[in-house]
Amino acid sequence: MTVTLFIPCFIDALYPRVGISMVRLLEQLGHRVECPDDIACCGQPAFNSGCWPEARAVAEPVLTGLRNSEVVVVASGSCGAMLKKFYPDLFAGTDRFTEAGVLSGKVWEFSDFLVRGLGVTDVGAKFAAKVTFHDGCHGLRELGIKSSPRKLLERVQSLELIEMADNETCCGFGGTFSAKYPMISTAMGEVKCASAQATGADYIVSNDSSCLMHLQGLLTVRQQPIKTIHLAEILASR
Amino acid sequence: MSAREQILGRIREALRKPAPFPGHGHGGNDEHPGHEHAATPALLDRGGIAQPIIPLRPSVAARPWLPPGGVTHQEQWERFCIASTELKTTVFEFGSIEEAHAKLREMAIAQAWTGVASHHGPLTDAAVTALALPTLFTDGGYPVNDLEKCSVGITECDALVAQTGSILVTSRSTGGRALSVLPPHHLVLARRGQLVPDLGTALEQSKRRYAPDWPSMISFITGPSRTGDIERILVLGAHGPKQLTVFLLP
Amino acid sequence: MTAAHQFLEQARKVTRDLRHRGLIQTALRKYEVKRDEKKRAFPDWESARQAAAEVKWDAINHLDTYLEDFVARLESRGTRVHWASTAAEARDAILGVVRERKAKAIIKSKAMTAEEIHLNDALEKEGYAVVESDLGEYIVQLRHEPPYHIVFPAMHLTRDEISDLFHRELGSAQTREPEELTMIARRVMRQKYITADVGITGANFAVAETGMISITENEGNARLTAALPKTMITLLGIEKVIPALEDLALFLPMLATAGAGQTLTGYNTMYSGPRQAGEADGPEEWHVVLLDNRRTELLADPEQRDALHCIRCGACLNVCPIFKNVGGHTYGTAYSGPIGSVITPHLRGLKDWKHLSGASSLCGACTEACPVKIDLHHHLLQNRRNAVVEDAPILERLAYQLFAMVVNHPTLWQFAKELGRTFQPLHRWVLRSKLDPARAWTATRDIPPMAEMSFKEWWRTRR
Repeated sequence: MTVTLFIPCFIDALYPRVGISMVRLLEQLGHRVECPDDIACCGQPAFNSGCWPEARAVAEPVLTGLRNSEVVVVASGSCGAMLKKFYPDLFAGTDRFTEAGVLSGKVWEFSDFLVRGLGVTDVGAKFAAKVTFHDGCHGLRELGIKSSPRKLLERVQSLELIEMADNETCCGFGGTFSAKYPMISTAMGEVKCASAQATGADYIVSNDSSCLMHLQGLLTVRQQPIKTIHLAEILASR
Repeated sequence: MSAREQILGRIREALRKPAPFPGHGHGGNDEHPGHEHAATPALLDRGGIAQPIIPLRPSVAARPWLPPGGVTHQEQWERFCIASTELKTTVFEFGSIEEAHAKLREMAIAQAWTGVASHHGPLTDAAVTALALPTLFTDGGYPVNDLEKCSVGITECDALVAQTGSILVTSRSTGGRALSVLPPHHLVLARRGQLVPDLGTALEQSKRRYAPDWPSMISFITGPSRTGDIERILVLGAHGPKQLTVFLLP
Repeated sequence: MTAAHQFLEQARKVTRDLRHRGLIQTALRKYEVKRDEKKRAFPDWESARQAAAEVKWDAINHLDTYLEDFVARLESRGTRVHWASTAAEARDAILGVVRERKAKAIIKSKAMTAEEIHLNDALEKEGYAVVESDLGEYIVQLRHEPPYHIVFPAMHLTRDEISDLFHRELGSAQTREPEELTMIARRVMRQKYITADVGITGANFAVAETGMISITENEGNARLTAALPKTMITLLGIEKVIPALEDLALFLPMLATAGAGQTLTGYNTMYSGPRQAGEADGPEEWHVVLLDNRRTELLADPEQRDALHCIRCGACLNVCPIFKNVGGHTYGTAYSGPIGSVITPHLRGLKDWKHLSGASSLCGACTEACPVKIDLHHHLLQNRRNAVVEDAPILERLAYQLFAMVVNHPTLWQFAKELGRTFQPLHRWVLRSKLDPARAWTATRDIPPMAEMSFKEWWRTRR
């Protein structure tokens, strides 16, 4: 199968290893990977800020660029929800609404694609650490992804998964919310970090790099030992 | 134009645009699938008819999805007792009226009852006679201060609800609005046959009994008066009875 | 100071107050444990939610018919119904009754609608003494504060604070026992019920089929408020209507479970009229005040009409991580939490209240918790969109237009990343200072370094 990877802007610029890990994993599983060069962002920042025309300006090239793809795999639950769930809202009443619907049907979040799309849970990974999994809210509630990442982690050799308390509670990132209401975002992040730390895990794992950026930012400032890592990086570890 | 006409006019104007039927746009997740369930779309086109469409009403369809009340009397009674224990309602089951009256006299001594409030009814009349304490009957009116001084309010009931451990009282059949809440102890005399499985059954039964000439108040009492307003810690007897006792009579 | 400034200031204060956050988070954790236990008693909670949503959809989308039925049946049994388009009209209707009865003492049971129209202020301004009978409401009334939460009005206070308050206001002895504190209030309130000439209540449901209002409470204070005073007044929003009596068999357990983690609330009482012939007690007259106060504006927005399904259980507040970290008073509205953030812009104006829709991470915990399936967090998104349409933030839009231009052109995007890499080392010089352009982020969070080779650069090397 030809898999079109959608690499969100911040993964491209800040966390390329997440994308690289995905390319390697998918190729290892025997799929051809494509990554269109002229798509860089899903438009979520503008969308979540209420600036829908500006969000459409970013989203239209995405619709065009992914028009001929077989399946689209997104490296982030949040951007995945944008493509799958919110593009139809964003384009409702425009002449690209149907196209948004077609794209929506082709979009997968990465971990869910592996487990439910390809039926793979064991990717042959090995990662010797205790980890706790953080559900990004968009992946969890917009896309309904809860068990897929856990199924993948369970099959990683030498890895121990410990669930944290209140594992469905938001970490407080929330996109532009984190900068517009930093005190609330930080308070929520503190609560999340405390829950994660109480597990005694070495790593907070997530399928959403944006949550991890926020959490790692807090942890670094507080000089706390627990680290963050994207699920794909663990799955690509040998 | 009157406020009534204005408001109804605004409502009618607003409703010219239809709203999507519920169940859209909700995620849920793979373990809790949001909206795949038995839908009850009977309401899509009501044509402005305000009579409920039995048996397609969603609330009727929902009965099996709500906490169960039990099928047999035995099951229902067990559920009622379990619910009561949790609620801190005291429950007694008696084989005969005499046993019940003996227990009543025993409680009166143990709790030093000085005065009883009640209403006229076959069960209450017999109980009050057996107690032989000064009694205030609320039927037809009473001085509120006297009711406030009574040690116990003894009432009958319309139903006991197994599902929730509730007692159904009304302003007509059980001595008015205040009798079951003003005295510090509310004691209910119920017959075995008054136990019903759930709230739905209790409401249906009331409807058959009263509609359209309803008592001005019908009330499901579920446990003694309670509050958690201070640090979410349960305290009984916030304003109403601190103690709720149910006697199940043959 | 605008509502938005006030919100930010309060949020800053509460998020720094670890004791305060700890207090409400502990209280809400207790709630969550009980709620989950009670939810498990439902063979199918999700389907029950759907049924509840459908009943409410029916009620709200045929509101005119059901309201007329409700009112006709109420009036046929001697109840006086007042229609109020605005908060002022509702206050006037209630003041009119109170004046006519020459009331000396008024007892009130909990009603969020009364908070919405600032009823107590209006009554007190005219010299009437009003006492809140719900324990939590009484506590916040003594503190001259609005309720902190729509179901748990005094959840932000410790027993010690309440003891101090009672000691100061009522002259009672200090105690650390919640039971003793409750009994102090009980004793005060007993006399108030007996002497009050007017009792004011809210309502949880209005049953069209039978012309009844239904009140849900735990303490018995509404029961007494509706039993002893000679005049009873009930204030409720027009959206409270449900079609049939049997709908209560669905809503009462769901309200109790979602709202407080109970199987059923202590007292669920349906009133269909004043004291009827042959009855022992009850008010001689009953006035029902039906409040619009811009609910019809919300009704006119089909996208968000389902917000009128709300049964005010407070579940969305209880699970909201924003609420748990900024607390109830920060919102500055009668209805706080997610439902408040959704409806306040409709009830009080989008321009002044849009910040509440912005102050959300859109996590969706509220939507998941709502027993009537209101699409809460998506409505927050819609409010943000509507706010931009109504009152465009020019700079923000320009920034997004610029961003669109950059990300849509691979060369510009590449250039932007290189620019970032070049200037990031310089950022260290201003990091966390007043000159730091990213201070909103960096004040509490480290900023991740730009990758030396971006994903796209790596991708190009492979081809």
